[in-house]
Amino acid sequence: MRLHVGTRKGLFTLESGSWTLGRPAFLGDPVSAVLLDGDSIYAALNLGHFGVKLQRSDNRGESWSEIAAPAYPPKPEGTDDKVPWKLVQIWTLEGSGRDLWAGTIPGGLFHSTDRGETWTLVRSLWDRKERQEWFGGGYDHPGIHSICLDAATITIAISCGGVWQSKDGGATWQLAAQGMHADFMPPERRMDQNIQDVHRLVQSPSRPGVFYAQHHNGVFRSADGAASWQDVPAITPSKFGFAVAVHPQDPDTAWFVPADKDERRVPLDARLVVARTRDGGKTFAVLSKGLPPQAYDLVYRHGLAIDDTGNRLAIGSTTGGLWLSEDQGESWRLLSAHLPPIYCVRFA
Amino acid sequence: MPRVVFTSHLQRHVRAAEAEVSAATVGAALEAVFRAQPQVRGYVLDEQGELRKHVFVFVDGRRAALGDAVRGESAIHVLQALTGG
Repeated sequence: MRLHVGTRKGLFTLESGSWTLGRPAFLGDPVSAVLLDGDSIYAALNLGHFGVKLQRSDNRGESWSEIAAPAYPPKPEGTDDKVPWKLVQIWTLEGSGRDLWAGTIPGGLFHSTDRGETWTLVRSLWDRKERQEWFGGGYDHPGIHSICLDAATITIAISCGGVWQSKDGGATWQLAAQGMHADFMPPERRMDQNIQDVHRLVQSPSRPGVFYAQHHNGVFRSADGAASWQDVPAITPSKFGFAVAVHPQDPDTAWFVPADKDERRVPLDARLVVARTRDGGKTFAVLSKGLPPQAYDLVYRHGLAIDDTGNRLAIGSTTGGLWLSEDQGESWRLLSAHLPPIYCVRFA
Repeated sequence: MPRVVFTSHLQRHVRAAEAEVSAATVGAALEAVFRAQPQVRGYVLDEQGELRKHVFVFVDGRRAALGDAVRGESAIHVLQALTGG
């Protein structure tokens, strides 16, 4: 078991047991997304000057080689598309084997069928006229930060472009954010599915009809395959946050890292806590044992990870704090307080 | 012939060797380099063929664009803007 931590200044790896930091890969380079697949590791780099790059290791990080990064096709002349057709960031990587998916800013979904050697922009989504209504959330342009794969059903979430779903492997797409509400919008657009600011979306592996979403305006749950969403008002101590994880075997158990909404984006009352439900969002326990009582750590979208057993969780903060729980969040221990800003954590 | 020189910062990510090329513009000079060293292209230009936002080109000490002319003895320096922290 290993924990991979993508940061503003490189990719860090911790081995289970001692959980000490190994030698970082890509030291100095921002690592925006990581995907683990057997002995293979994919790392998306966002080099400040020289663009977005994708690296792959086929020996668990012993050595790396650059593979193709997704690239947008030429922007058509005369289009009124306000978004540049240029890769700004790989925000999430998902998939396994030869079949990989990349969610990017400024809003393109890319597909690879050869382990990342080549990538194709999914035009069936990119060419939808609704895309012109999307807007940036935290970045200048909209981006796909969550990709949930379940056989031919692909469900993605966009800041800010709602939830979209394909039931035919990406050939056609439908909006799937019915019931979400965006309280920051004018009243007539509040329920508009296409502009919802979902911060993070996860799908229950054991019951794929169940989804949890941490949204700008609260937590939502779907039990019908994202056809409809219900508000989860019991989330405490606050409804704002970025991260969510669902138990791999229990669709009713999920974790969140609430934060003071949204003008401040720090832990409420400077207490870093994790909220856990065991009943599908009806009630929550606030877990803080081992977490610092005075902290301003924010856990961003991909800063919460769960392992395959469902017992082990990690959280990483934008101020470089990294914590591990091996008892489903009941207690936490600090692994490092001094990492670079953490973008993503993932177990392998 | 114009001489193209890449910042040492780029060498950390990709091998980009200094080259003398036959070209009348900055863009043509870079294209000539990329033909011989295709791995460099994506680090200097974006997928729309434009200079990356934080990459600068100087010709004989003056900041230049891809369409600017170069002379036979010009030195074309490709370097990074100073951004980030």
